[in-house]
Amino acid sequence: MLLRYRGSEGMLAWAFHRISGVAIWAFILLHVFDIWLANVNPKLYDDLLVVYGSPLGRVMESLLGAALLYHALNGLRIVIMDFWPAMTRYHKQLWYANWVLFAVIGLPILIQIMAPAFGLQPPFSFGG
Amino acid sequence: MATRTTRSGSARPRGSGWELAVWYLMRLTGVGLFVLALAHFIIVHFIYDPALQDANWIAARWSGAAWRTADWLMLTFVVFHAFMGVRTVLHDYTEGRTRMILTLLLYLGALLLFAMGTIGLVTFPDAVKVAS
Repeated sequence: MLLRYRGSEGMLAWAFHRISGVAIWAFILLHVFDIWLANVNPKLYDDLLVVYGSPLGRVMESLLGAALLYHALNGLRIVIMDFWPAMTRYHKQLWYANWVLFAVIGLPILIQIMAPAFGLQPPFSFGG
Repeated sequence: MATRTTRSGSARPRGSGWELAVWYLMRLTGVGLFVLALAHFIIVHFIYDPALQDANWIAARWSGAAWRTADWLMLTFVVFHAFMGVRTVLHDYTEGRTRMILTLLLYLGALLLFAMGTIGLVTFPDAVKVAS
């Protein structure tokens, strides 16, 4: 559908925004529940934490980060165009700028998150 | 009639009232979450490793009022933004009675999640006694 429909960048930006938004919503349900669990049953919460440390957990974590970063950047693009309509003319360029920022910000985070799954030390250390 | 639309967003609702308020609030909470949610992700996924964030870690983080307040503000914003966003999706694909019932269930879910998050955050102990 995404490849055949001739909606080009604007339509893809919209579709990705919607998909990432629903995905983040689903994670929020899980996340509010797990923090609530940490309060009422800290032992069980601590035991479940191994899921986050597993390689699959880190892949899911990276996907969440990607969804969040895309949604945040594209959301900012929407707000810019909503309150500064002249920028709507450049909606494609803004979308490409989003992807540049997505790669520049996302790549170090991806490496940091995935490194332990490959038995490597996370490259960025904050002394804590 | 010329409606102002963008390629990604939805047109600003005409007139005033609830729908216009939601339109503005989606953008206000969106910009708020750009800061709060991204900062949150950087702290708990980049600076720290979530695999190490046990209940004691959360207790230490929330031992002062500042982080609790910031996180509660984020909870408030995210529950509104996420559930109203899903409402937009829901309204695109449903109509009539189905839409009304599902929207009502969605609002109930939002209230339940907000209550759970608020209670969990406010009553979180300053130190957790877990022998680990």
